[in-house]
Amino acid sequence: MSGNGSGKPKFAMCWAASCGGCEIAVLNTHEKILDVDANFDVVFWPVAMDAKYKDVEAMPDGAITLTLFNGSIRNSENEEIAHLLRRKSQILVAFGSCACEGCIPGLANLSSSKELIETAFTGISTDNPQDLRPAYSWKAPEGELHIPKFYPVLKTLDQVVNVDYYMPGCPPESHQISAVIDLVIQVLHGQGELPPAGAVIGAGNSTVCDECQRTRNVKQIKKFMRIQDIQADPSLCLLEQGVLCNGPATRSGCTALCPSAGAACIGCYGPAEGVLDYGARLISAVASVIDSQDPDEIESILDGIPDPAGMFYRFNLAGSLLRSSKAAWKTNGNQ
Amino acid sequence: MQRITIDPITRLEGHGKIEIFLNEQGDVANTYFQIPELRGFERFCVGRPVEEMPILTNRICGVCPEAHHMAAAKAADAVYKVDPPPTAKKLRELLYSAFYVTDHTTHFYALGGPDFIMGPDAPVAERNILGVIHKVGLEIGGKVIQARKYGHTVVEIIGGRKVHPCTSIPGGLTKGITEEQRQEIEKMGRWAVEFGRFSLKIFNDIVLGNQAYVDLILGDIYTHHTYYMGTVDENDKVNFYDGMVSVMGPDGERLGKYAPSEYTDWIAEHVEPWTYLKFPYLKKIGWKGFVDGKDSGVYMATPLSRLNAASGMATPLAQEEYERFYSTLGGKPVHQRLAIHWARLIELLYAAERWVELATDPEITSPNFHTIPTQTPTEGVGIVEAPRGTLTHHYWTDERGILTRVNLIVGTTNNYAPISMSIKKAAQSLIHNGTVVTEGMLNMVEMAFRAYDPCFGCATHSLPGRMPLEITIRDETGNPVQVLKQFC
Repeated sequence: MSGNGSGKPKFAMCWAASCGGCEIAVLNTHEKILDVDANFDVVFWPVAMDAKYKDVEAMPDGAITLTLFNGSIRNSENEEIAHLLRRKSQILVAFGSCACEGCIPGLANLSSSKELIETAFTGISTDNPQDLRPAYSWKAPEGELHIPKFYPVLKTLDQVVNVDYYMPGCPPESHQISAVIDLVIQVLHGQGELPPAGAVIGAGNSTVCDECQRTRNVKQIKKFMRIQDIQADPSLCLLEQGVLCNGPATRSGCTALCPSAGAACIGCYGPAEGVLDYGARLISAVASVIDSQDPDEIESILDGIPDPAGMFYRFNLAGSLLRSSKAAWKTNGNQ
Repeated sequence: MQRITIDPITRLEGHGKIEIFLNEQGDVANTYFQIPELRGFERFCVGRPVEEMPILTNRICGVCPEAHHMAAAKAADAVYKVDPPPTAKKLRELLYSAFYVTDHTTHFYALGGPDFIMGPDAPVAERNILGVIHKVGLEIGGKVIQARKYGHTVVEIIGGRKVHPCTSIPGGLTKGITEEQRQEIEKMGRWAVEFGRFSLKIFNDIVLGNQAYVDLILGDIYTHHTYYMGTVDENDKVNFYDGMVSVMGPDGERLGKYAPSEYTDWIAEHVEPWTYLKFPYLKKIGWKGFVDGKDSGVYMATPLSRLNAASGMATPLAQEEYERFYSTLGGKPVHQRLAIHWARLIELLYAAERWVELATDPEITSPNFHTIPTQTPTEGVGIVEAPRGTLTHHYWTDERGILTRVNLIVGTTNNYAPISMSIKKAAQSLIHNGTVVTEGMLNMVEMAFRAYDPCFGCATHSLPGRMPLEITIRDETGNPVQVLKQFC
């Protein structure tokens, strides 16, 4: 990767609070990485090349043509990097579920930051007789030590900076990443056009159900089942077998990988086209398969969904209309 | 007091920062290795159904989601007191073996290996995977890509997805494999065995054939005498998926073995206020600080630890390499941290052999891959060997299987104390009387912790090989007097 001034458009990829899976997904495009290298001057990509934060700071604003940003905003450091890359980038893409909608770590917004830290430092194997907590600033005998401040709630990328495009998935599937890279290269060569600002890229416009190979009979159910409690029929719709599957609310683009492997869709591609609130859409889809008109019976059927908050907003809580639980807001304040 | 800050700036999230303090004589007074991250999984998983854990805890780490997926599935099995059918256990282990080949390949060729293949004194621009390709030959690049590709293919066939597998549930799996898939997996496994042998031959020819490298491995800078941890099977051989956790003393005497459910009798986690991560230690010995020796509860959990804590390898080619390893390095246990790289390659070969063994197991294509749990869920512990150390998941649930409490001791965390000690020792060995710090020193300090393949915040992988570092030496008022950069 060149990294020097070659006159080519500049490319960056950066992670904030993330697991690294997005980077692995990009590397799993294999030879496509060489296309990126051939068409771009890769100026910043910590996982794949040696680069320096200060080099980015030294660039003129807007110097980077395209930045793929993965990870959510968990602390002040994450937010600083988001602001910096926004300033330096012409096109900033929220890449992957964490940046788009908070992903699994966004479930932390169901708890207060105090509870999150408390749990980690009072666990069954924790030896903490002085009841210590991490100190943002600590006077060690030799000098003062600092660690970044943990934010009260986890934020998505577009909650701290303006985002041009969204690329969903946990992680985005490699074939979708390749397609987006191809598109951008075509645009650079004057052979294509960018989608309208704010668009979702690298995904489909329908739902996971539309990609799913399982047969749907529009059958209604009397009972929800947990996946471990049944031997699921491999060819029938999981929701019609009573397993809570997120397919109806979830954007297509992954080729329905989880249902193909016998597991329910978990919703990692985020809300389907036109859906304002993912959980609300899923609740209405789930309600439509319930085979009852009797309120008491409906209630007892719904009791079969053991964790509505976690299952309806599994990947989406931080990016949803709710954003966090009342408990978290109450103790953390509206930040 | 003078302060030197090492910021691994590839980790913009700030997953690790080293502070080195010098005393008035210009010698190292102390070092601090800080981890500034917390995401709070142990808290926000409470309230979730236990069968969600294999997919929720995947997201702790996208580099080794397979390890969390397996530990979570095993803990959920234990919560329901359900024993998955043999086919399910074998499929999980098969997925896991293929994953190990991929993961160890990435580390050896891209991260740790370049120090040896190119040599620690080689120009920095060459000490990376591209340098390795230039030195060993172009075909090696293709082989490394192939090894990663094959491993991910097996993960996808059994786990449903290349990253973040989704098929393990309490009692087994949501799917099995067909005969056609089995044949494909076997073919790739046989290739992986040859790749494992090839990798050890490279290590043999280039590293062991060079006395300077052997001296470096055996040198004192990178040696610590600690306890060693690793999971063993019923024959006391290394196992990644299941078994008892064995603990070997620094003197070569075994402290004992424990079952996953007994881990709280063995492990405790010490707290320091200047970091978000805790320091696990052996409870039976006690926390005595960041010190070596039999009286210090500090232990290491790495490929080398697993070899030290077991009696051998369960497959023939890996066993031969195991014997050669100890006869070359002077018997068990081996304390030299740089030998972790060699041990990693022996594990890679074992993982490949195990991959073939399981792919050719007559039960592997059986449709009996799930047992429906029948008992009331309560509490359970699941342990696997993550590539970077013993991984423990402990769950408590209500009678509906909803989590009420979660405790996790994650792979690299085990090594937090020994890594901190290795950094301090390297710094102390290299900085005297205020010596001007050189670029070579940066690399030597970095080598001290790279051997552990640390994965703090779960993705400290920097693929072309090197972690950019910047060291700033400040005077008493905090003004920088010298700035050294590597890859910056």
